[in-house]
Amino acid sequence: MQKRINLPLTDEIIAGLKTGDNILLSGVMYVARDAAHKRMIETLDKGQPLPFEIKGQTIYYMGPAPAKPGTVIGSAGPTTSYRMDPFTPRLLEIGLKGMIGKGKRTQAVQDAIRKYKAVYFAAIGGAGALLSKSIKKADIIAYAELGAEAIRRLEVEDFPVTVINDIYGGDLYEQGTAKYRIAGK
Amino acid sequence: MALKKEKDNEESPVAKEVLAQIIKNAAIAGKEQIALCQDCGTAVVFLELGQEAHIVDGDLVAAVNEGVRQAYKSGFLRKSIVKQPFSARVNTGDNTPAIIYTDVVPGDRLRIIVMPKGGGAENMGRLVMLTPAAGRQGIIDNVIKAMDEAGSNPCPPVIIGVGVGGCAEKTMMLAKKALLRKIGEHNPDVEIAELEKELLQKVNGLGIGPMGYGGRTTALAVNVEVFPSHLASMPLAINFSCHSSRHKETVI
Repeated sequence: MQKRINLPLTDEIIAGLKTGDNILLSGVMYVARDAAHKRMIETLDKGQPLPFEIKGQTIYYMGPAPAKPGTVIGSAGPTTSYRMDPFTPRLLEIGLKGMIGKGKRTQAVQDAIRKYKAVYFAAIGGAGALLSKSIKKADIIAYAELGAEAIRRLEVEDFPVTVINDIYGGDLYEQGTAKYRIAGK
Repeated sequence: MALKKEKDNEESPVAKEVLAQIIKNAAIAGKEQIALCQDCGTAVVFLELGQEAHIVDGDLVAAVNEGVRQAYKSGFLRKSIVKQPFSARVNTGDNTPAIIYTDVVPGDRLRIIVMPKGGGAENMGRLVMLTPAAGRQGIIDNVIKAMDEAGSNPCPPVIIGVGVGGCAEKTMMLAKKALLRKIGEHNPDVEIAELEKELLQKVNGLGIGPMGYGGRTTALAVNVEVFPSHLASMPLAINFSCHSSRHKETVI
């Protein structure tokens, strides 16, 4: 059963999300990964504003393949989130509400997700062609020289994700694995 | 084919759905000729050059790199290679340099195997310089540990390449080349095949499942390649391939 949600996420929407929920997201999200996160933190350290208004927004950790002529974006699946972990609590502190990636987050990030009332979703890794179909508009808005790592603004329709970390302490990787783990050597 | 079989065998409904989406993605990618994953990888190229073959009219390495350059451009593949990896990390713009390995073999042909290796699975690789005392159980413990720590990150269900023996770089190469094996094929040595079977069973007992959401299908195969080692050593290498496991070969 998939629940449809319109971005941007609000505190009320986030409170209604539970680990394991399958969601279809529609609306605006921003794309940033390794290099862009490093630059954003450097920008914040200098006391300067970020290239987009981050409060209330959702970031998708992704670097797309080039778009074929006549398409909006190339293959666009998630990259592994743990590499953005060092930068994430700071962004959550200033109002980032949603993150989409794949893979487990550190305890510090999970704590920050609960503290600042945000949510972490995963999209299916390697399903780049399928996921690109949900992206209706894609524009580079900052750091264009980073190419695949530039900050992009996406408009998506029914973008499929699963809730990994909700605000109640759930973690789908821990819960799912525990259910199917066979103990012993 | 392997993914379809595992989908039918999977117990977890969540896992079945993930596998179904992966299969659907492959169909879309094939039909519309879009990269199935946005990470089009580092171009890892294995050349097997027949010792009677003669490369003429140019530099072999340059030719391979030019092939990569053209393919990544015309295929709308992502350019994912940066130079100065510990400082500026500037994209090279054309997915070169390829990483090229050349073996000289009997014959007069040139066999080219290309393996676009994504970063996510590659990052989960491990090299462990075990001592001989660690034994067969040491191999098992370390492979399980590596998979458990990798979790969802390499995009399970994975193929795990395991190298044992040689020295450090040789054992990594064994593990990498082990990823080229067809799923369902075992090491022809009975003792090694037994180890492969046990490792696969234990890895799937971890319960990580497709994309780490929980399930019985964490690995599609564990392939072990072995080489004689030094008296004092038992090097062990573990290299992961994601569920796409992309590689293709040609002989010219």
